[in-house]
Amino acid sequence: MPKSIDELQSIARKIRREIVVMIGAAKSGHPGGSLSAVEILVELYFDHMHIDPKNPTLLDRDRFILSKGHAAPVLYAVMAEAGYLQTPVDQLNTLRKLGSVYQGHPDVRYIPAIEASTGSLGEGLSLALGMGIAARLDGRKSRTYVMLGDGEIQEGQIWEAAMAGAFHKLDNVVAIVDNNRIQLDGFVKDIMAVDPLADKWRAFGWHTIELDGHDIPAIQKALAEAEATKGKPTCLVAHTIKGKGVSFMENNPKFHGTAPTPDEVKLALQELQ
Amino acid sequence: MPAKTKFEIKLGPATREAFGRAIVELGRENKDVVVCDADLSHSTMTTYFAKEFPDRFISLGIAEANMCAVGAGLAMAGKIPFVSSFSAFAMNKGFEQLRTCAAYPHVNLKVVGTHSGISIGEDGPSQMSIEEIGLACSLAGFVVIAPADEAATKALVKAAAAYVGPVFIRTGRPKAAIVYGADQKFEIGKAIQVADGTDVTIIASGLLVAQSLLAADTLEAEGISARVIDMHTAKPIDREAIARAAAETRAIVVAEEHLVDTGLGVRVAQVVAQTRPCPMEFVGIQDTYAESGQPDELLDKYGLVARDIAAAARKVVARKS
Repeated sequence: MPKSIDELQSIARKIRREIVVMIGAAKSGHPGGSLSAVEILVELYFDHMHIDPKNPTLLDRDRFILSKGHAAPVLYAVMAEAGYLQTPVDQLNTLRKLGSVYQGHPDVRYIPAIEASTGSLGEGLSLALGMGIAARLDGRKSRTYVMLGDGEIQEGQIWEAAMAGAFHKLDNVVAIVDNNRIQLDGFVKDIMAVDPLADKWRAFGWHTIELDGHDIPAIQKALAEAEATKGKPTCLVAHTIKGKGVSFMENNPKFHGTAPTPDEVKLALQELQ
Repeated sequence: MPAKTKFEIKLGPATREAFGRAIVELGRENKDVVVCDADLSHSTMTTYFAKEFPDRFISLGIAEANMCAVGAGLAMAGKIPFVSSFSAFAMNKGFEQLRTCAAYPHVNLKVVGTHSGISIGEDGPSQMSIEEIGLACSLAGFVVIAPADEAATKALVKAAAAYVGPVFIRTGRPKAAIVYGADQKFEIGKAIQVADGTDVTIIASGLLVAQSLLAADTLEAEGISARVIDMHTAKPIDREAIARAAAETRAIVVAEEHLVDTGLGVRVAQVVAQTRPCPMEFVGIQDTYAESGQPDELLDKYGLVARDIAAAARKVVARKS
């Protein structure tokens, strides 16, 4: 059942509340880069991807890899709300606790439907290429989406993979850069500038689309364009706001890797109604 | 017990060549077998596979970290990928990817390192891999194999493909002395006793299995009866064979073309310590890097030939109380 833009936006607001609450309960985690990625994951899991949460091993399913694995809370909340049995909504607040399926970074041993264990930055794009090559060899329509952080692409392996993706003409792979412009130590431009971002991907042979990563119709349009693009992989450079939706977290490097206090959780939830 | 026949060195194909042939046979048997290579297919011998199965041969350029993770992605999507490069590059440059993308999620990835040890010869230390058994054994859940000759390689490459889980296989550049007959059976994790003996056990892998057999003949002439075990699987290691050797011969030498600090020797010693402690000696590379030269010259200079194994055996026998 296709969802309206309003419905998707409403889901996004709910996901944001869950992210803030679960990281607050965990007392550690990465709220900023989880909140910046909400609309993209909501659009993928609730609208765009060919998946069946009740049948996560579906052979020709689309796959999503959260290469920036520290944003695990957004993935957990989205999968939980999407109805995967392995990600119960009522356990989201066990994030990062001993025995929880909601590990600090995505872990397929606990949640097989997650597609890939990530957390060591720079690796997800290569995994996506492997999945894309396998799908092509098998003649499956399966497409693979991989979300990268803008800080993450400082890793050299990303560019090894970028070369390989274009060389192998993997038009069933889509890289999405969550360009929120902040990394752990501060603003990306001050730590190790990655601009001009879109030009880099184009130079590496990727069809590259820049968009507002919080604008659901724009995400839908870009994903459709990616799907229509043949003979080369597509990179979506999604301009986003770190900490989006919570005023005191927005554009604040502190909330890359700091959990909100109980009072901050209350304030955030008021803003996210 | 039958009388020992003297072992003679008869050179067969290199273990990398045996890998290259075996992977083609596997490709014919199973369409899910794919090969990734990093611009060394003419050296790793995956070129045979590339020729017969161009669609299933994935060229990834000189980018081993990416290759190891692409291999993991292929495995996650149901393929049986063999990623191949020189051991020095696959394991050192790909280690983090093998750790996080293959070992930790326990995916069905096979890594074949060629040009292992110092017997690659003239190219020198930057290309020589003398630490990858230790590194591979540090990858939790990996199976780690170092075959001695062509027959062992062919059989163990096939066993690795049939096994579900991550595997590292160490192969070499030079022609390998023939240790096994055509009827020999190989099983992952099951050591093979290639010579029986009662006074000392030599546990070896790779090229040093043949050297150990030569050493056993030398020792035999001196009245020392040496058992020789091919420990082709470093992990999971055959604890039972080690415990039996420790109990029955009360002295053990481990011989390998690898740094003694992190190789097969330390793994064997761990089992000996836990079962029947006995004197041990270690033949291997001693905290150094080698140099350019012919393979035989290097093995001789760095103390990895029958002479060195025999000397270690005499020493360990003298230490028996």
